[in-house]
Amino acid sequence: MPNFSSSRALRMRAASPSLPLVSLPTFTSRDCKTARGRKRTKNKTYPATATKTRIDMSEIVPPEVRPKPAVPAKPSHVVPPSSVPFVPSPQGTGGEGQGSGRGSALLGYIGIDTIIEQMRKKTMKTGFDFNIMVVGQSGLGKSTLVNTLFKSQVSRRSTGWSRDEKIPKTVEIKSVSHVIEEGGVKMKLTVVDTPGFGDQINNENCWEPISKYINEQYEKFLKEEVNIARKKRIPDTRVHCCLYFISPTGHSLRQLDVEFMKHLSRVVNIIPVIAKSDTLTLDEKIEFKQRVRKELEACGIECYPQKEFDEDMEDKSDNDKIREAMPFAVVGSDKEYQVNGKRVLGRKTPWGVVEVENSNHCEFSLLRDFMIRSHLQDLKEVTHNIHYETYRAKRLNDNGGLHPISSSGQDTQESNL
Amino acid sequence: MSQSGEKGKFPDAAGYVGFANLPNQVHRKSVKKGFEFTLMVVGESGLGKSTLINSLFLTDLYPERYIPGAAEKIERTVQIEASTVEIEERGVKLRLTVVDTPGYGDAINSQDCFKTIIHYIDNQFERYLHDESGLNRRHIVDNRVHCCFYFISPFGHGLKPLDVEFMKAIHSKVNIVPVIAKADTLTLKERDRLKRRILDEINEHGIRIYQLPDADSDEDEEFKEQTRVLKASIPFAVIGSNQLIEVKGKKIRGRLYPWGVVEVENPEHNDFLKLRTMLVTHMQDLQEVTQDLHYENFRSERLKRAGRAADEDVMDKDQILMEKEAELRRMQQMIAQMQAQMKMKPGDD
Repeated sequence: MPNFSSSRALRMRAASPSLPLVSLPTFTSRDCKTARGRKRTKNKTYPATATKTRIDMSEIVPPEVRPKPAVPAKPSHVVPPSSVPFVPSPQGTGGEGQGSGRGSALLGYIGIDTIIEQMRKKTMKTGFDFNIMVVGQSGLGKSTLVNTLFKSQVSRRSTGWSRDEKIPKTVEIKSVSHVIEEGGVKMKLTVVDTPGFGDQINNENCWEPISKYINEQYEKFLKEEVNIARKKRIPDTRVHCCLYFISPTGHSLRQLDVEFMKHLSRVVNIIPVIAKSDTLTLDEKIEFKQRVRKELEACGIECYPQKEFDEDMEDKSDNDKIREAMPFAVVGSDKEYQVNGKRVLGRKTPWGVVEVENSNHCEFSLLRDFMIRSHLQDLKEVTHNIHYETYRAKRLNDNGGLHPISSSGQDTQESNL
Repeated sequence: MSQSGEKGKFPDAAGYVGFANLPNQVHRKSVKKGFEFTLMVVGESGLGKSTLINSLFLTDLYPERYIPGAAEKIERTVQIEASTVEIEERGVKLRLTVVDTPGYGDAINSQDCFKTIIHYIDNQFERYLHDESGLNRRHIVDNRVHCCFYFISPFGHGLKPLDVEFMKAIHSKVNIVPVIAKADTLTLKERDRLKRRILDEINEHGIRIYQLPDADSDEDEEFKEQTRVLKASIPFAVIGSNQLIEVKGKKIRGRLYPWGVVEVENPEHNDFLKLRTMLVTHMQDLQEVTQDLHYENFRSERLKRAGRAADEDVMDKDQILMEKEAELRRMQQMIAQMQAQMKMKPGDD
């Protein structure tokens, strides 16, 4: 179920530094499927917002799935629109965030909460995009893991570089899209692979092609957004999540890992995972994870979920639990074996079967639940509201306005990261 | 040696001279002298090199190990750390030197990381050459690297470019034994596939790894079979561990996972025993090949270079030319001296 907490989006906006006030509405005409409460402004009015001409749907967002007060503090918006500035003020969000602290009680059932159902139906019809990038040295099981995550052959497994297929001399970017469907919900999943990363003798700046690609996607989106005649639904090719595969040496992060994450953690959501973790015993795993976490902290690298974007205690405690368990030590497999009468995904070795979905064996299910079942929407939102907005703000500031974006301008942008 | 038990047999048989006893004398002398062996381990950090060495020789070569974090590794270049340990088993002493190469392959740009290692190997040869050409050759310390275990990561699809480059650079200087580290990551099928790929790539790039000598025709079947099995298992896929785990009432060395126990000394789990057998039964051969092949190559190369320097000098300055000629004369003098010495003291070591 998509997560529709608006309060976070709004607080973000207020917090994000240099959002220029331009004549275009600051929220994009995005579909309800991805926007946290952002809706299209085309003359759609909802019952209680008749008073507002310019609709900031975000303020009248339907309640989230989590058990929060069912009705947001609508009454705060019964205030005449003139006093409400164009950019929604933090006060409005504050009140909303705390629930119906300042609201007056509703007399009788109106039916506003059915908005969830409406949005859900909409989402199901339109489906949504999810773009995931996998980065890591060759042979760490990236493609297998993606296939296991989405339980389908979405990523072509390179079983090894055949004679004709040498390890590429520079990092290539290959993206493959599939549409997968579950429970009536369609998802267009794009997996962006980065063969050649970290495989050369000299790996200096091997993250540059990746950084360039990510910024290109932001650029594409920006161009569409800035268009006079905008598309109804801008195709979203921005990378929502980057899975970074750490080699399970058991010692510490490699230099390359640190450099990559330093350069890219501000541009994209990075989720580090420990690949092929069936090589670590339980103690080694715990020690390695602790060391990796300490190193990341020491280098000032913030992986997803970033601490600064937790908006309330509940989020914080949920995310803290996840942050304690990161990086997830995973094992991927697309083969099934019989264990205790059940068919499980796993790896069969002479000394036992490593079960992928057994949380005693590896943390694959944790990763999957985290990424797909609870934070999928959040990943997209952080990409849209934070990373994209940062990029956009930089572009607009540097260009002094919304001039047509030339390719030369683009290059100078990317190097700033 | 099949004749080791025949010391003193048939002392009075006609025609028996008794030099069949020679191998035993050699054996006794070498046991008294003890053996020296230098083993170099090369591989990226985190591949289990130290654990494997400790498991192989049942020692703790690195008692206080400090593993640096990534941030510290940035300043480090490849270093050479040699640790020596004396092992004794059944009266036979072995002075084992393990040369470790921390920092190999750690940097983002690993272009220079094998220069240090090659330099070290050459240095050892140089020193031996110098000692050998010297006047007093009684106690030449042999620090030449007899064998190099090259650790290949099991996580890749075969050899990495760095592996290929490194092996190509040192295959003419040292015996390379490729080893697949942390083999418990692989299922049996993956292991076979990886071994085949590695051998293919080694052939493709013309890398000369250490070839086990075929068993002599007069050895017994068991030994021949063992050699065959060993040869077929290269590169060895090994696991190292010194932790004792209780399995079925016995304490064995292994690694404990939630899904089972990997036993270090179980031939079905990994090739650790094979590696150890190979090392132990072919230690002498490794030393011989180092002496006869690699060292001689180095020596001829060096001496040729010293002699050739006069004509092939790129800079072509007269001064340098004269210097080189002087060096040549010096070398010739040394050789003449050695020859004179040899004439005075016949064949005494």
